[in-house]
Amino acid sequence: MKTNGKVYKYGNHVDTDVIIPARFLNTSDPGELASHCMEDIDKEYIKTVEKGDVIVGGENFGCGSSREHAPIAIKVSGAGCVIAKSFARIFFRNSINIGLPILECSEAVDGLEAGDKVEVDFSTGEIKNLTKNTVYKAQPFPDFLQRIIQADGLINYAKATREGK
Amino acid sequence: MGMTMTQKILADHAGMDSVSAGEFVNCKLDLVLGNDVTSPMAISEFNKMGVKGVFDKDKIAIVPDHFTPNKDIKAAEQCKIVRDFAGEQEITNYFEVGEMGIEHALLPEKGLVVSGDVVIGADSHTCTYGALGAFSTGVGSTDLAAAMATGMVWFKVPSAIKFVLKGKPVKPVTGKDIILHIIGMIGVDGALYRSMEFTGDGIASLSIDDRFTMANMAIEAGAKNGIFPVDDVVLDYVKEHSSKAPNVYEADADAEYDRVIEVDLAEVPLTVAYPHLPDNTRPVSEAGGVSIDQVVIGSCTNGHITDLRQAAEVFKNRKIKKGIRAIIIPATQKIYLQAMHEGLFDIFVGAGCIVSTPTCGPCLGGHMGILAAGERAVATTNRNFVGRMGHPESEVYLASPYVAAASAVTGFITSPEDLD
Repeated sequence: MKTNGKVYKYGNHVDTDVIIPARFLNTSDPGELASHCMEDIDKEYIKTVEKGDVIVGGENFGCGSSREHAPIAIKVSGAGCVIAKSFARIFFRNSINIGLPILECSEAVDGLEAGDKVEVDFSTGEIKNLTKNTVYKAQPFPDFLQRIIQADGLINYAKATREGK
Repeated sequence: MGMTMTQKILADHAGMDSVSAGEFVNCKLDLVLGNDVTSPMAISEFNKMGVKGVFDKDKIAIVPDHFTPNKDIKAAEQCKIVRDFAGEQEITNYFEVGEMGIEHALLPEKGLVVSGDVVIGADSHTCTYGALGAFSTGVGSTDLAAAMATGMVWFKVPSAIKFVLKGKPVKPVTGKDIILHIIGMIGVDGALYRSMEFTGDGIASLSIDDRFTMANMAIEAGAKNGIFPVDDVVLDYVKEHSSKAPNVYEADADAEYDRVIEVDLAEVPLTVAYPHLPDNTRPVSEAGGVSIDQVVIGSCTNGHITDLRQAAEVFKNRKIKKGIRAIIIPATQKIYLQAMHEGLFDIFVGAGCIVSTPTCGPCLGGHMGILAAGERAVATTNRNFVGRMGHPESEVYLASPYVAAASAVTGFITSPEDLD
């Protein structure tokens, strides 16, 4: 599983209120949620994001609420993955459950800058900064978590598992 | 090696003799919770699973509290999805407007959670029930869907930070000040993935409402859960409110902790968290000259009867500053009536405050008191991220009911001790 795109760089403690403000939580529609992704931290994000782009944050990415709307907004906005130094635990769980690839790599976070072109291989954990010609290595997730993400989330994975796939 | 209190509860519910930090376990759930914002997504995922029905219609609680009474058409439609599902599945513990309250105040009051339970809720403040010595933690909508179908959930066993609370807080310092002080000390990710286990002789001086407040805000330090020992205060509460038998778990004497932090409760000052993180704390005595527009007293953090009584102590025979909006929100119908019958509403309205039906409302920027650009609120709520209570250019200062009430009287962040 790979993604390829440009970097959006944010700081520490990017919280669920800035990822998807509560005033938009009166809907569950993924498209609508995506249209307001990152609105209160970066109004330009949704206007410029392209499929495969990568969001890079610092410590404790996704802190705050349990709203699954947050990783959904990020995924449906087109971002191919989120790289952070650490993730808040509910956001971490939710991302896996809805099939949003996430990676923890302090080195990559320090090295990547906004606008850098990057290629991420989720199965090996390799993060290639194509702009700066550097490679960072994240610990890839254990097999079963990767399969959940590849199956596009927990429910699909559970169904496929039950059907013997 | 001994187990922490949390580890013991998880081990038992996973059918294991012992567990250690980092291990993955599959636990049986005593209760599963969803609200009007998180349930619609969960219901849609549940339906995709193609299972016949929920695992146990008595062990699911659905509480529409965030955007209710219906905030707008979209919220009404979300609530309808939730209501219809609860009806189809014959969910025993579905609480309609009129019966509902703020979920984390309602569930203990209704006796649905007792000591030793394992509870997950699709709401980050589900950690509140740790006050009763239960293991409870927040999850997302997909985990809620899977739990409604199976009655089980997987966890990675957390390690713990032990907080040894000593002595007594000096009035008007409350549980809110203590937890804000702690979060200020360790940071919003200071307890990331860990249990916050509260111990020490200081616990005896904390009311059950203080403990609900403190356990509620464990998530604001990044914790998986916050938990208190089961003493007579807890057992009395559980006995009064529930017909379920509590299970008392105690940490082993040789349990290991990542950190042990001692807190002298007598040294904890009145504390306020400045925008835009709950760990941006300082003593109220250092918060001079911050003028405000609104005060909110309520939420799952501080909407209990003790909180309302404390606010009323400050408002009695006083008026709030002209132009300030002071919004008071009892957390449940029972608390609402109790406050009314104790004469607190006369004090609140007499002082110039308004009193609302139970709702999460302004806490998450939903309704019932949203801020415009440039406005500031002092709130007894739990988060003050950018845009939390409205416009991204508004500000939220987190504080206790005593401080929030005093601030409404002067129009600035104020200690109740500085009022005439």
